[in-house]
Amino acid sequence: MKTSFSRWVLVGFGIYLLLPLYWLLSMAVRTNDQIVGEFSLFPTSPTFANFAEIFTNPVWYEAFGNSLAYVAINSAISLAVAIPAAYTFSRYRFLGDKQLFFWLLTNRMAPPAVFLLPFFQLYSSIGLFDTPLAVALAHCLFTVPLAVWILEGFFSGIPTELDEMARIDGHSFGHFFVRIFLPINRGAIGVTLFFCFMFSWVELLLARTLSGANAKPIVVVMTRTVSASGLDWGVLAAAGVLTVLPGILVVWFVRKDLARGFALGRVS
Amino acid sequence: MSLYRAKTNRAWLGVLPVLLIVAFSAVIPLMTVVNYSVQDILDFNSRFFVGFEWYRETLADSRFREAFLRQLAFSVTILLIEIPLGIAVAKGIPRDRRWTPLVLILLALPLLIPWNVVGTIWQIYARPDIGLLGAAINGLGIDYNYTAVPLHAWLTLVAMDVWHWTSLVALLTFAGLSAIPPAYYQAAELDGASKWQTFRLVELPRLRGVLIIAVLLRLMDSFMIYTEPFVLTGGGPGNATTFLSQHLATMAVGQFDLGPAAAFSVIYFLFILLFCWLFYTSVIGRDEN
Repeated sequence: MKTSFSRWVLVGFGIYLLLPLYWLLSMAVRTNDQIVGEFSLFPTSPTFANFAEIFTNPVWYEAFGNSLAYVAINSAISLAVAIPAAYTFSRYRFLGDKQLFFWLLTNRMAPPAVFLLPFFQLYSSIGLFDTPLAVALAHCLFTVPLAVWILEGFFSGIPTELDEMARIDGHSFGHFFVRIFLPINRGAIGVTLFFCFMFSWVELLLARTLSGANAKPIVVVMTRTVSASGLDWGVLAAAGVLTVLPGILVVWFVRKDLARGFALGRVS
Repeated sequence: MSLYRAKTNRAWLGVLPVLLIVAFSAVIPLMTVVNYSVQDILDFNSRFFVGFEWYRETLADSRFREAFLRQLAFSVTILLIEIPLGIAVAKGIPRDRRWTPLVLILLALPLLIPWNVVGTIWQIYARPDIGLLGAAINGLGIDYNYTAVPLHAWLTLVAMDVWHWTSLVALLTFAGLSAIPPAYYQAAELDGASKWQTFRLVELPRLRGVLIIAVLLRLMDSFMIYTEPFVLTGGGPGNATTFLSQHLATMAVGQFDLGPAAAFSVIYFLFILLFCWLFYTSVIGRDEN
């Protein structure tokens, strides 16, 4: 069978995607002298010294911990508030529901740069500045609306007859919600978690503004390394490789619902 | 939202937690910004009301206009590349094969990389001295250096954005394609439609919804782009790649011009709000049809 045009586009684009990633990986296993001194397509003598540097230097591994901390807190908060809200939006009409939904959406679209200064002052004044909690709350600005939006799409796809039947069968609402409704929507919750993780993990601007010396996230440590005089490309590349890994892990768990989640649950 | 929903205002209880948390992280800061935008702030103890002075100044500022035009040019360019490319890639993704999830994961990869790391990856990849791409282009005899030549900086940023975000368009489109019932294709085949006709008359109309989402998400997100150019080019050479967010961050944090920065923010936010409204009405309009 003749391979179609679009299949070739996919293959070409796949190569385009992989080349920079290959280069990152190949830089991560070279010493800085090798990187600057000689140009070669393949690492001549692979070394794990750069990774060892990251795992033994507290500046690096604590930054990793800080990042994972605020991403985890953010995901937990976002899901906890978004699940009831999404259920409400999908099941009830109430005064101002459409306006509220639109207003939530506008927050997803707010450029973080707009909020830099007020966030800094707000979190400083309540004593949260330089803690993972501050970054987690700030990221709620875009993860919560997104979570509500995705979950609402999925929840609306579940017929209300399910709720009715559970009620007729004598399940209390709490029992129905926790034992029947949430397990059915496992996939949706997984996808939402993936999106919260994704947008919180990749963000730099707010994370940098809200963290000082103690809660410095990995993305910030990386940019500080860039601006320092002794630029070590190898360590930078190794840190880059390590920041890609959590994403791969998460995406593997939600691979089945991924595409539907990207269409914000509104496809089928 | 489905059409068959019970009407009760007690439902507000269900959305209350979301309301509180978003109010805390959005309304309070936004009010602060609006407040700053109408004041001249010398330090935090002496400030006075200046009305719309900062707004007039921002709109008349040539640096703001230039940043805005650069922003617009960038957003339009990446949309013109990413949308058609994303559709083509999506059509190439195999359906319901054992390795379909693998392809999806590969495509999702760039979306999961922290934005500054995306900048770093492209820095390492495109630098003429140590980068694979930079060295390859120079090897072809073209004197390529994105840190010195504005045009090269532009092209590199566009290439990076295509690398970073085309997958989003592709995954959305793939989800849309998967939702088309097989009967549509059978009907097209019976009518003897060519591949192109099938795409234009069967698939494209069914993709309208997801494509609206894709276009508007990319438009808005590219309008907020900050981190990747910040790492890759730092806005340079000169101001050649300074977009709106970076201009704003320099004003607010670098120069501490609170009033003008706040007025800038409000104008910026209103633009995004306009996009958002277009987005919302088109998505909801589709739901109700």
